[in-house]
Amino acid sequence: MGIALNTLLMLIVAISITGVINRCRAILAGRKGLPFFQHIYNVRLLMRKGAVYSTTTTALFRIAPAVYLGSAIVAILFIPIADLNPLISFEGDVICFAYLLALGRFALILAAMDTGSSFEGMGASREALYGALIEPAIMVGFATLAMFCGYTSFADIFAHEQSFNLHLTIVMLLTAYLFIKIAFVESGRVPVDDPRTHLELTMIHEVMCLDYCGIDMAMIQIAGWLKTASLSMLAANAIAATGCFHWWFATPLAILLTGLSVGVVESTQARNKLVRNTTFIVTISALAALIFFIGYLLQLNINI
Amino acid sequence: MHYYITNNTSTEAVAIKDIPEVEYATLYNDLKERLKQEQYHVAHYFATPDENRLMFYIVLLDDKEHQIMLARFAMEYYDDIALPSLTALHPALHPFEREITELYNVHFGSMPWDKPLRFAEARRNRNSTIDNYPFYTIEGESLHEVNVGPIHAGIIEPGAFRFICNGEKVLHLEIALGYQHRGVESEFTSTNNRLRQTLLAESIAGDSAIAHTSAFAAAIERLSDNAISDSLATERIVALELERMAMHIADTGALSMDVGYQLGQVACEALRTMTINTTQAWCGNRFGKGLIRPCGTNKPLTKEKVEMILSNVEQISRRYAEVSDDIQSSPTLLSRFEHCGIVPQNEMQRIGGVGMAARASGLLRDIRSSHPWGAYNTEPRHDSCTMHDGDVMSRLKVRCEEVQQSAQRIKSLLEGYTTSEKHLRPDYECNLKPSHLSFGLIEGWRGEICHVALTDDKGQISTYKIKEPSLHNWLALALAVRGEGISDFPICNKSFNLSYCGHDL
Repeated sequence: MGIALNTLLMLIVAISITGVINRCRAILAGRKGLPFFQHIYNVRLLMRKGAVYSTTTTALFRIAPAVYLGSAIVAILFIPIADLNPLISFEGDVICFAYLLALGRFALILAAMDTGSSFEGMGASREALYGALIEPAIMVGFATLAMFCGYTSFADIFAHEQSFNLHLTIVMLLTAYLFIKIAFVESGRVPVDDPRTHLELTMIHEVMCLDYCGIDMAMIQIAGWLKTASLSMLAANAIAATGCFHWWFATPLAILLTGLSVGVVESTQARNKLVRNTTFIVTISALAALIFFIGYLLQLNINI
Repeated sequence: MHYYITNNTSTEAVAIKDIPEVEYATLYNDLKERLKQEQYHVAHYFATPDENRLMFYIVLLDDKEHQIMLARFAMEYYDDIALPSLTALHPALHPFEREITELYNVHFGSMPWDKPLRFAEARRNRNSTIDNYPFYTIEGESLHEVNVGPIHAGIIEPGAFRFICNGEKVLHLEIALGYQHRGVESEFTSTNNRLRQTLLAESIAGDSAIAHTSAFAAAIERLSDNAISDSLATERIVALELERMAMHIADTGALSMDVGYQLGQVACEALRTMTINTTQAWCGNRFGKGLIRPCGTNKPLTKEKVEMILSNVEQISRRYAEVSDDIQSSPTLLSRFEHCGIVPQNEMQRIGGVGMAARASGLLRDIRSSHPWGAYNTEPRHDSCTMHDGDVMSRLKVRCEEVQQSAQRIKSLLEGYTTSEKHLRPDYECNLKPSHLSFGLIEGWRGEICHVALTDDKGQISTYKIKEPSLHNWLALALAVRGEGISDFPICNKSFNLSYCGHDL
């Protein structure tokens, strides 16, 4: 029962975040904006369309969306929602989660190179660079949780009811902040990337999908929602763990955390210059290292 | 050397026989020296067949003395003497010499690179087509070429951009244009219907409809000895400034959009709509088509319209000031715009940049102050705004500043404006003086627009030459992105916002 509810709620989170972002942007721009579920209608439309493939591409190009979506689906099955249990859980699944995301990215990069387009090649090179730079942040973030809680599975890390504890609160809040930052990068949002731009030369994630259409494009978009949802849910769990550790608190929190923060940032900020993205992402890794260090010191029970 | 000297306030066309015909060597030596000075620049330089000769006309502007200098030289049709190229010394002349070479197969000696300009329909070499454009290439293991266009996303006109990059860094950008060539210049001479010609002038470049039609009307009025009334001249300038405001505001919004800054984008889009709707409320068309007509107007300003324009412009300028303050003080935007796409002043002068892009680099090229016409001749004189850095931010600041100047100008022109009772209707039937040369020189929002019309001995337009500021400034864009990241190309491009169809004609 709990497992089914957990999976269902994850899907709801994945669907809702994009809607919240769009609504938030529309309100801040003073526009009427898209309907909340417009992105679902768009994907439904894509699913009904056939696909056209460039003659230069190989099977790699056709497999990639399925790999990307498949890895994202498996990845969200690891994530618990506060006190609910996830479908899959085993010792060390945090590592598996991180590299499932990496696998999806790797498939998409190969597919982009496969098209032989100069745009997509540039996109792939950018995605590979940023993917490599954000990886330490993700791993160190998980390491902090694992070290602090003593488990290497998401279900265990969050499941063991923690009594209120100042040290835990500090570490959890910092980790939540880290995961939100990572979600910005992973889902290609301002200030790192701009999903709305029509300028191929400035794109990162979008440019890799230029040659996709129809069902493949739908798969890529759904995978993107799932990735964002899983990272957002991790952040929400971390916050919920500090006080109100219930699924009815963590679920809306996950939607609003990413939805509102992305919406506000995208409305009020410009994108980074591309060369500054590396600095931005390395800073996230540095932040992760700092949080790990704080977690370590707190665990030694030094009085602060 | 002797030139025929006139200025932009003259109401008369110039008899072709009065323009001194010189030897090319004389002209070459004179221009060689003159163009070294910032005060001179060439507004137009073209060739046209004249019986069995090829006649070259040059329109030289003296910004300091406010003079327009005309000269011509001839070449026998079967001569194949290579004229020494001025482009080799002053690259600013490259579009003119390339056009002459393309159209008439006249080769200038030591011309650095006479690649085709726009693949005009009337070109001599039919084998030279846009499909075999001679792109520049560099060999190198670590270099890659990125080709963008000629078909772009969205509603951008066609034009091919070929980048040679080292990683993300642009080493060289080559811009291949000509896809929009419609043969506008020859259309002007293919009809005697003045209304049709006016409509052609309106469609030279859709975003500068008012400026181009004003230049056309000025040329026709000079040729037909029809001096327009002061009130009509004032109305034209109000329309021109409204167009400038609308385009500068639109570009501010577009720049915000390209860096993903939503608030600036939506605010500017709303203001731009308000500006073009003001023009629409005046003349029925948002881009001012139908507003400017030779020798008269169909849409005279009434008292109600004056009040409407004044109150709208007041509101736009106040709200735009808020947006531009916001943009100029936002750190994330400054980090995108500053030190990006720099064209230094000396480069700008060398390549003959004009208009607001030149002013952003500190090169004062502004027909409103250097060759004032109509109401720009009255106090207060136009005080051009210049910046010094020549980066995207400077071009943005020039825009912000000029919107306020335009609003101020419209206000001062309309506040003392008395609507005259009898307005002349447009005159499409007027006779043109035979064998005369006439010009229209206007500062559009993008820069100087120069139209030159020649009539034959029956008083019909035999040659019509158009120069859009984009003709010069496309090269400035190519220089601006050198050494920049390729991902900054869109904002550099948007900061110039050049016209494809204005270049291709």
